[in-house]
Amino acid sequence: MGDPPILASEPDLAIVERLRAGDETAFMMLVEQHQAAMLRIARMYCSSRAVAEEAVQEAWLGIVKGLDRFEGRSSLRTWMYRIVANIAKTRARTEGRSVPFSSLTGEEEGNAGVDAAWFQGAEGRFPGGWRAFPDAWTEVPEDRLIGDETLGRIGRAIDALPPMQAEVIRLRDVLGWTSEEVRTALDLSEINQRVLLHRARSRVRRELHDYLTGGTETT
Amino acid sequence: MSERPLTCHELVELVTDYLEDALSPKDRRRVEQHLALCDGCTTYLEQMRETIRLTGMVREEQIPEDQKQALLEAFRGWIR
Repeated sequence: MGDPPILASEPDLAIVERLRAGDETAFMMLVEQHQAAMLRIARMYCSSRAVAEEAVQEAWLGIVKGLDRFEGRSSLRTWMYRIVANIAKTRARTEGRSVPFSSLTGEEEGNAGVDAAWFQGAEGRFPGGWRAFPDAWTEVPEDRLIGDETLGRIGRAIDALPPMQAEVIRLRDVLGWTSEEVRTALDLSEINQRVLLHRARSRVRRELHDYLTGGTETT
Repeated sequence: MSERPLTCHELVELVTDYLEDALSPKDRRRVEQHLALCDGCTTYLEQMRETIRLTGMVREEQIPEDQKQALLEAFRGWIR
């Protein structure tokens, strides 16, 4: 791909230096930040949680031992996630297991975030126009919007997404990664990354809307 | 030359491309022209922005302490 390389940040390079020097605090910081996501990525490809945990352990070893090969042509975290994904895929192959891409992205699933029934059909006065405008959330108090209950709903809505959609929205919106980082880490095309993000956000919005306005949009 | 206006259904499916700034100037204009006239889609777009904001407040899951300890032990072996 002819895209300009993402360059590692100064903090990335500083962490790499500290790891090379055997700095345990730096290592534990990386573990805190990335272990959960690395496990989820491995889990996409591996048959069980135990195998995924082994794959992640192997990935950490690969990361620590491979630091000299980290050239800073990507951010440290995308480099790390690619290592996990590659190890997990290799493990899956050894186990004779192949996970179709479409099952990760949810291409065949009907859990759309946008329902065609919200819009008028060809017979309507405005084909493709709203049957009824969505109720705004402006009346919902901020306390409720940012309360544990609402955020818990969002978390569960994300958990219920097809794995690759869930990972894209987690990295982009929960963790605040850039789209370039996400597609490099997850080995997605620019368009694919955006399509998955769109499906994920649309679905989460829909769940939120049902919750905040009392379920005016039917499944 | 006038372009066919977007329907609401089409707009709702373009919301992410719009927010990601991935539309051609022409399509971006079509989205903005539609939004200027449509309260339903304006509300929808606002809700997508809220969804992104609130998703940003969700906490990443925590990992168990023993898992961290095991990794730390392993790290000590690797760097030797």
